Amino acid sequence: MMTDTALTQDQAPAAAGDSLGREAWRRLKQNRAAMASLILLVLITLACVVGPWLTPWGLDEVNWSAFMAPPDIAAGHYAGTDANGRDLLTRTLYGGQISLSVALVATLVSLVIGVLYGAIAGYLGGRADALMMRFVDIMYSLPFMFLVILLMVVFGRNILLIYAAIGAVEWLDMSRIVRGQVLALKRREFVEAAHALGVRGWTIVTRHLIPNTLGPVIVYVTLTVPKVILLESFLSFLGLGVQEPLTSWGVLISEGKDLMETAPWMLLVPSAFLALTLLCLNFLGDGLRDALDPKTR
Amino acid sequence: MLVYTLKRLCYAVPTLLIVITLAFFLMHLAPGGPFDGERSLPPEIEANLMAAYHLDQPVWKQYLIYLGNLLQGDFGPSFKYKDFSVTELIAQGFPVSLELGLWAIALALAIGLPLGVIAALKRNSGLDYLVMGTALAGVAVPNFVIAPLLALVFGVFLAWLPVGGWNDGHWRNMVLPIVALSIQQIAYIARLMRASMIEVLGSHHIRTARAKGLTETAVILRHALRPALLPVVSYLGPAIAGIITGSVVIEQIFGIPGIGRYFVQAALNRDYTLVMGTVVFYGALIVLLNLVVDLLYSALDPQIRHDD
Repeated sequence: MMTDTALTQDQAPAAAGDSLGREAWRRLKQNRAAMASLILLVLITLACVVGPWLTPWGLDEVNWSAFMAPPDIAAGHYAGTDANGRDLLTRTLYGGQISLSVALVATLVSLVIGVLYGAIAGYLGGRADALMMRFVDIMYSLPFMFLVILLMVVFGRNILLIYAAIGAVEWLDMSRIVRGQVLALKRREFVEAAHALGVRGWTIVTRHLIPNTLGPVIVYVTLTVPKVILLESFLSFLGLGVQEPLTSWGVLISEGKDLMETAPWMLLVPSAFLALTLLCLNFLGDGLRDALDPKTR
Repeated sequence: MLVYTLKRLCYAVPTLLIVITLAFFLMHLAPGGPFDGERSLPPEIEANLMAAYHLDQPVWKQYLIYLGNLLQGDFGPSFKYKDFSVTELIAQGFPVSLELGLWAIALALAIGLPLGVIAALKRNSGLDYLVMGTALAGVAVPNFVIAPLLALVFGVFLAWLPVGGWNDGHWRNMVLPIVALSIQQIAYIARLMRASMIEVLGSHHIRTARAKGLTETAVILRHALRPALLPVVSYLGPAIAGIITGSVVIEQIFGIPGIGRYFVQAALNRDYTLVMGTVVFYGALIVLLNLVVDLLYSALDPQIRHDD
């Protein structure tokens, strides 16, 4: 009896003709940690985008009477000020804009490279596939962090390069996932049908194969985003990433750690934002994987 | 086994060559020459310098010379630390970095493995949730956030341990950097060990061992632990790479005179040869350790037989 009720509860919505996306959303909504993370992430993003306008101080505005001042609500420094008398909350929110924009753009770059590479390898199969995947294997064992740093040293530190360089090193997992999916998909009838109708290979890959890999791709995107944010803040922390007048969470944490003995809020505020964002993204990624993975259904 | 070893070596060599080649040609794309100082040199001296460093040769020849020198362990001169060669700087910093790294790996295994096993044995208990929740936080929060926080709490607020410095490797100076370096790996290893232990505990040979009437301790120690360790062994490669990368920030934060600090200083100062040398050295280290881990894995896993 018990299994019976469990079965009907679990399968009734699917039987009613719910799409994969809807079913996944329903499952995700039941995962409290993932939903809380999603809400927090939306709030953090909103705060970073809208917040700097609402705070009483500007990004580079100096309060000459408050250098390294602790949080002070009356003065409008809700998170204190930095060594130059600039409002820390404003700077942290601006830094969040940069960190999040890197997350968005670099993930997009890695998504495009990884999906195309994986889909092409999987679709071609045979020797081309073996060769392309061997290349990915070799790339895996390269010390990427160091090559990205090398790139920053050689070409100077600009934000566009950060987007591209980080995107260009984070596509390996994605390509493996997509290739595996495509290998399984390309034997299916609808691909054969497309072939029989004379659809060209490229169109089959982009129109028929890639859209069907969407589920796992979404999961991997949510797992790539924290990695990308981490890489950017790592570079910025070392002084090799984002530079003045721009700022990012990595830069702020680096500034904060130098002054933590006298002004601990300078370390704690940006650290809290970064840690919370990464934690939420990880929870959300785990939740999405559970929601979209057919094995757990 | 021998064939497998040779096969893996055949991968390692081109990988390393790719690192060296990328590093070399990237550095050559860099704008500006190494002698573009504050004041320009007389042309004769500059020509002499160029000849001394083989910079007057075509690029492919310089590349071959660099490769040849590398084979003899010569990474070239440092452009910023005038009286030192890159090899000397690496030789100076490496023992320090190595000591930190070995301790960090040891600590990660010594804490991560038991935590994972306990969480697996007490699956879905409060203890399990506590361990796994903490581990997820440990995975998500980067070490350059954890390290300053550790320094703030144990160095500044409690004043138990020094905030930084090396002091010739006094243990008090090593505690915080080692802990900061290993936290992320402890978390990963605990998660990995829990998952693989749960899988192994559900397998047939464990049921057989229990059916034989063995005590639970014997089942776990003799039959479950070894197969459950395999995924952790294969994770050692990435773990080592993670610790090496992490050591770069950790050495920076705690002011430890290892290679990582030289590397960051060199990158900030645009000391091209030193950056290139450290990247190649790190690359070689990671490729070599990956090779060792792979061989270790195939030696431990009875399901992998290399008869070909």
